[in-house]
Amino acid sequence: MLGLNLPVVIVLAAIGGVLAWRRANTLTWLLYTWVALWAFFKYGFAVPIPQSVATIYLGITGLALVCFASSSRERLSETVQPIVRLILEPRYRLALAGLLVALPALAAYNVYADLNVPLEAPGFGREVHPPPPTEMTVHDETVDMATAENPYLHYKHDDPELYGEHLENGRRVYYENCFWCHGDGMGGDGMFAHGLNPVPSNFNDVGTLPILQSSFVHWRIAKGAPGLPGAGTPWDSMMPAWEKFLTTEEMWDVNLFIYDFNGYEPRALGQH
Amino acid sequence: MTRNRILFGIGVLAFVSVIVTVRLGGFLVDNEYRQPDRQVAAQEELGEAELVPRQQGIADEQAADEAEARARPYEEAEYRTVPFVGSRVTVWVLAQLHLLFAAFVLAVPLFAFIIEFVGYVKKEERYNKLAYEFTKLLSVSFSMTATFGAFLTFALIILYPKFTNYLMHIFSPTFLPYVLLFFLEALFLYSYYYGWGKFGPKMHLFLGFMLNVVGTAIMFIANAWLTFMMSPGKRDDIDGDGVPDFVSAVSESGALLSLRDAFFNFTWMPINIHRIIANVAFGGSIAAAYAAFRYLQAKTDEERAHFDWMGYVGNFVAIIAFLPLPFAGYYLAAEIYAFSQTLGIQMMGGTFSWLFVLQAALIGNLFLGANYYLWLGMGRMEGGVHFQKFIKWLLIAIALCFAVWATPRYAISSVSEIAAMGGSSHPQLSYLGQMSAKNTAVNILILSTYMSFLLYRRTGRQSIHPYRQLLTRAQAIVFSSAAALVIFYGVYGYFVDSATRIRFAIPQVYSVLAALVVITVIDLPLYRNAAQSGETKWGRIPAVSQYALIFIALSFTWLMGLMGYVRSGLRQEWHVYGVILDTSPDAYTPSLGFATQVVSVTVLVFFGLIGVVFWLSSLSGKKDYAPGAAPEDGGRLEGGQAA
Repeated sequence: MLGLNLPVVIVLAAIGGVLAWRRANTLTWLLYTWVALWAFFKYGFAVPIPQSVATIYLGITGLALVCFASSSRERLSETVQPIVRLILEPRYRLALAGLLVALPALAAYNVYADLNVPLEAPGFGREVHPPPPTEMTVHDETVDMATAENPYLHYKHDDPELYGEHLENGRRVYYENCFWCHGDGMGGDGMFAHGLNPVPSNFNDVGTLPILQSSFVHWRIAKGAPGLPGAGTPWDSMMPAWEKFLTTEEMWDVNLFIYDFNGYEPRALGQH
Repeated sequence: MTRNRILFGIGVLAFVSVIVTVRLGGFLVDNEYRQPDRQVAAQEELGEAELVPRQQGIADEQAADEAEARARPYEEAEYRTVPFVGSRVTVWVLAQLHLLFAAFVLAVPLFAFIIEFVGYVKKEERYNKLAYEFTKLLSVSFSMTATFGAFLTFALIILYPKFTNYLMHIFSPTFLPYVLLFFLEALFLYSYYYGWGKFGPKMHLFLGFMLNVVGTAIMFIANAWLTFMMSPGKRDDIDGDGVPDFVSAVSESGALLSLRDAFFNFTWMPINIHRIIANVAFGGSIAAAYAAFRYLQAKTDEERAHFDWMGYVGNFVAIIAFLPLPFAGYYLAAEIYAFSQTLGIQMMGGTFSWLFVLQAALIGNLFLGANYYLWLGMGRMEGGVHFQKFIKWLLIAIALCFAVWATPRYAISSVSEIAAMGGSSHPQLSYLGQMSAKNTAVNILILSTYMSFLLYRRTGRQSIHPYRQLLTRAQAIVFSSAAALVIFYGVYGYFVDSATRIRFAIPQVYSVLAALVVITVIDLPLYRNAAQSGETKWGRIPAVSQYALIFIALSFTWLMGLMGYVRSGLRQEWHVYGVILDTSPDAYTPSLGFATQVVSVTVLVFFGLIGVVFWLSSLSGKKDYAPGAAPEDGGRLEGGQAA
């Protein structure tokens, strides 16, 4: 449910419940919060969240907890008192000894675990949007990337029948050429997708097509991976340069089709 | 006496060491192993002095170099290089240091003037003294600004002569007004500072006002130079077809067509607005850091009380200016995007977008630091415990918003993580990486910070207003409505197209701003002449609060350096975007790691220098040197007068 690993969430919540029932002190709550969030980020999601994001979250949590513990003299004293008692009072000597062994052991285990991470190629955040050039040439025609729009988009209102024909042509082009990688539902999960890294773009995504002008999508279709700019390399995309296989009209038609299929409008020029 | 002897001994030892080192070096050079020289010596003894092959070779090379130098025609250099560091990093660091000091010098008079004005209206001398304390920082900072400005200019002329010459071709008519304004700035600044208490209050306020006018005008001129490099022209619908056209201020070859369009270019005003607000936030935080520095040095309760109050005011100024800053930044970014899709995508979706994750982390830290300082400040008042129970909930809201803001749209992931997620975005968390979530987070952060301030303001005070219950409930309703509206638009944004979603940012911002204004307007009469449960004890605050102030100043500085790099780096291989290409060896975008290192080193250098400014400023409060007098323990306030 909600992409969460429910048993883990329930166990963590139950521990929290027990602490509330036992009226745990501030220090226990602080420790519980950090450890519970660590466990939640590591095991609480059905699809694990990337380590980089978990590190950011735990850093924020740590800072927030330190701020909370020291936000007043009384609270700081409340937090520190159990530690002082643990160190000074003879009845806690065994626990203190255990802690003195446990902390270095935890650090050692951490080192051991870090050294035993399976080797794999380094990952890159490649699905950032590459910046388009200011203009490009497709089939001997210069396209101004700032102002170019899909020439058939206006048929949607002016001539719906003609619009339908272009859509139909776009559909044909898509299912002949694109769906192998981008998938028949355009989710970036075509039959070849699992062999590609980075994975093909997901056109269902609300953060992809709607934030782009159609000229950007035209550029990506026409120039493919070979046309990606130097900045932000390495680009390992397998997208072909479709200008070598399709006509300009076919490329604008498939452009029209992928927007229409997903129910999105291209971003307009000058739109903030 | 013993100390003096030791110092003298160290001096003598150092002198002797230098002499010995030089002599030893000379001895080693003279006695270097040169077998052929023996032959020369032998030949000299025989009166047959001839050059050995090595000497002959050296002489030939020198002659050839000289001949080549004479034959070489004069050529204009396009670029010159700096060993090890490189030209770009040199100019980058110098420009950043100049800008940081300039921002400080422009900002401090702004709020010093406002504080002095408040003191004049309220007839309270303590405000006047506080404004003077802030102004004391200006004198040395002004010199630093000018020094780094000159350093930067020389570096540009030496390292980028052709490009600098081009900028002069475009903007030479603006240089003379700039210099004249700079003279006026010096005149007003020094008369404002040295004339404290020497003029009547109105005349002195006039000097402060003029100082701000001239300072702002200087910044506006300099902003035209740098924004021209990013957007050399304006965007206007000149053919009336409803589609904006780019109107370049220069021809294709780079010749100037319109100085007016070059000056008032597309991103000029967004930068002006962004910088004025950011300067005040930055200046306030640095002034607060100065107060923290003096607080930690303070020896008496009186000093601690004064500098605690000064730190509070500086931080207050910084946070008040900081609250609208995300909106000004959003406006600037939106204008850059509207000006050029390429620059916009490069900034928010391309390589530079990763820096915005760092930006989010720093801004989150700022909010956290600002709230933390307010919570600690509750300890100054009797009866502060009452509101402590709310801190937990405020902290949860702030930490959640901070986390949402720092969530990247596409996470840095290993190959196995990408495979598990089916892409670079996590199926659940990627929703938090979108604009709807970010806008909601920043608005709630602002509301939470304002709530912390309200609680701080209420600590130890009890309203005696006849309609206090009604007014407090009205405040709660306004606050909850604004928060509910922000969250509603944030969630609804996921169900509409991008064009509509982006427009949702406007009602979100307006509802928050309206809430801040309405609640403040209600709060002023509500707590006027409020009953106090105890005295506000300035200086009674844990020392960690002062480190929080320094932390806030550091975060502001880091943020300015980082975002300045993004704005400037966006042009990538262009000196002037679309007009003058950078063909130097530095015409590549450095890695993000390297860029952050340069920014970090610059911030450290700045803090080293501002430390010197703090120290020099604090000297005026120390006793005059008197032979035989015991060393002074601590500084005093206001040139020997108690605050």
